[in-house]
Amino acid sequence: MLKNIIVTMKVTPKPEEIRFDPVTKTVDRSKATNEINPADKNALELALQLKERYGGKVILLSMGPPFWDQFLKMGIAMGADDAVLISDRALGGSDAFVTSKVLAAAIKKIGDYSLIITGEESEDGSTGQVPPGIAEWLGLPVVTYVSQVVDVAGDSIIVRRTIKGGYEVVKVKMPAVLSVELGVNTPRFPDFERLQWAQSEFKLTVWGIKDLGLTENEVGFKGSLTAVTELRELRPRERMRQFIEGSPEEIAKELVKRLGLK
Amino acid sequence: MSEWRGISVFIEQDNGELERASLEILTRASELGKKFNEEVLGILLGHELDNLIREVSRYGADKLVVVEHPDLRHYNSDAYTETMAYIINKYRPRYLLLPATRNSRDLAGRLAVKFRTCLSAHVIMVDIDEKDRKLVTAVPGFGGNIVATVVCTNGKPEMATVSPGTYEARPSDKEAVVIKESVPEDIIKSRRIELIEKKVSPMPDLSRAEKVVVAGLGTGGDLELVKEFANLIGAAVGVTRPLADMGIVPRDYQIGTTGVSLRAKTVFVFGASGAPHFIYGIRDCGTIVAVNTDREAPIFENCDYCIVADLFDILKALIKELRGEVHA
Repeated sequence: MLKNIIVTMKVTPKPEEIRFDPVTKTVDRSKATNEINPADKNALELALQLKERYGGKVILLSMGPPFWDQFLKMGIAMGADDAVLISDRALGGSDAFVTSKVLAAAIKKIGDYSLIITGEESEDGSTGQVPPGIAEWLGLPVVTYVSQVVDVAGDSIIVRRTIKGGYEVVKVKMPAVLSVELGVNTPRFPDFERLQWAQSEFKLTVWGIKDLGLTENEVGFKGSLTAVTELRELRPRERMRQFIEGSPEEIAKELVKRLGLK
Repeated sequence: MSEWRGISVFIEQDNGELERASLEILTRASELGKKFNEEVLGILLGHELDNLIREVSRYGADKLVVVEHPDLRHYNSDAYTETMAYIINKYRPRYLLLPATRNSRDLAGRLAVKFRTCLSAHVIMVDIDEKDRKLVTAVPGFGGNIVATVVCTNGKPEMATVSPGTYEARPSDKEAVVIKESVPEDIIKSRRIELIEKKVSPMPDLSRAEKVVVAGLGTGGDLELVKEFANLIGAAVGVTRPLADMGIVPRDYQIGTTGVSLRAKTVFVFGASGAPHFIYGIRDCGTIVAVNTDREAPIFENCDYCIVADLFDILKALIKELRGEVHA
């Protein structure tokens, strides 16, 4: 029987809808649609399947602005039992180091956990550093890029992990941190009735940094160990963009000639 | 305590298989070492490494620190983190660069917190600031559309994981002095993760392939003709993210921000719409040919030869044309 299964969740803007202002050199996320970070949905699905097989309580944990509550409620509607949002103005500008520290502090406060399950990386920052970071703050083992849970045996969990050119199966002592590979399962749809309940009655827990025993100097820009000094747009270089017309045979001949494939 | 000096590079291997990106980073580190008068230190963990040691020591490091132990043959998050921490504490390198691969990102994320130090992820440029000697990196974000210049503001060693294919690996005249280190047994034995089974098949090195044929969602996952054509021209095969999401091929074959960046001279793209995260992965390629039925597809903004047609028709015609050549 598993104890708490804590699933971290981030809300990310769709990358293709982000605009860059070359004059102010800032990123404009305001027009981009926000969504639950895709890999985090896979993490939640994996957690829910684990709960169905081995028991436990699935608790969502997020660090972000107050409006993220609607996304956490979506996670509740998918089947999570509870949700915690860490929201504090002081957290703005936090890098992966600070993020993992804050999440680890919240995980400690939630307590009584068997597993912390995360997505492999976020779609916006995609550092993949937060899961191993959380593990290190909590003194726990971590298995990254998990594609499948094979079994839970006593105080250990056996998982399959993606590696270059294949996979490995490892057994790890719980509590442990698992980061889940993007796309390894099909996240279930939110249950409509549960969503209505989540939106009208469910009370989400909101903590500030004081609740976690952290000070302003330890988080946000101040607590971060990296700083962004400049942003620029990466424009792909200009291409010829020459259309080749004709029958497939003519096009094939032309390509073979131009590219010297003979 | 001594000062933090030198540039160290984690040389990734798994079961004797060298991660070539390590050599690219080592080459870059030796350029920076020369420029800033810093010693370059390769760090290699594993077991029965004689062949790898010979190879790695030719890529510009001053010293190659080697830890050999049967339990380090395969990557183990716990054993590797503790062993690396031991070596870092002993050698105190100012900078630590690692390849941005799954295993090294796992390792780097833990080391950064252990040492309470900065870490830039999957960077596409590594440099040292002329004035304050801080590590400066370029980090792509938001699907590869935007690049941030990131500096380390605190902590040592200053760390970064470097995207494979960012630099070119070049052997140097210099041969590294090999230093064999042993670490206390309990460091390796106190691990909480055990390997049960492992299965890998040899991976084509996409980031170094001269020619690549990429299959997009338009193929519907039917790669037969794509593979046949690739075979005929001696090209490697890659896919876009939707095909990797479908599980048709392992993610190692995925081109783009969360996958491989290509440096090929020639790339064929069949049935890909041209999402920014994919375009990012072919930005440094020579000639790009794209085939798509939709004339308005963004891929046609980012290729050299645009072909509006059914991709299977074009593939069949190409195969026929090339086979005809063989018999001629």
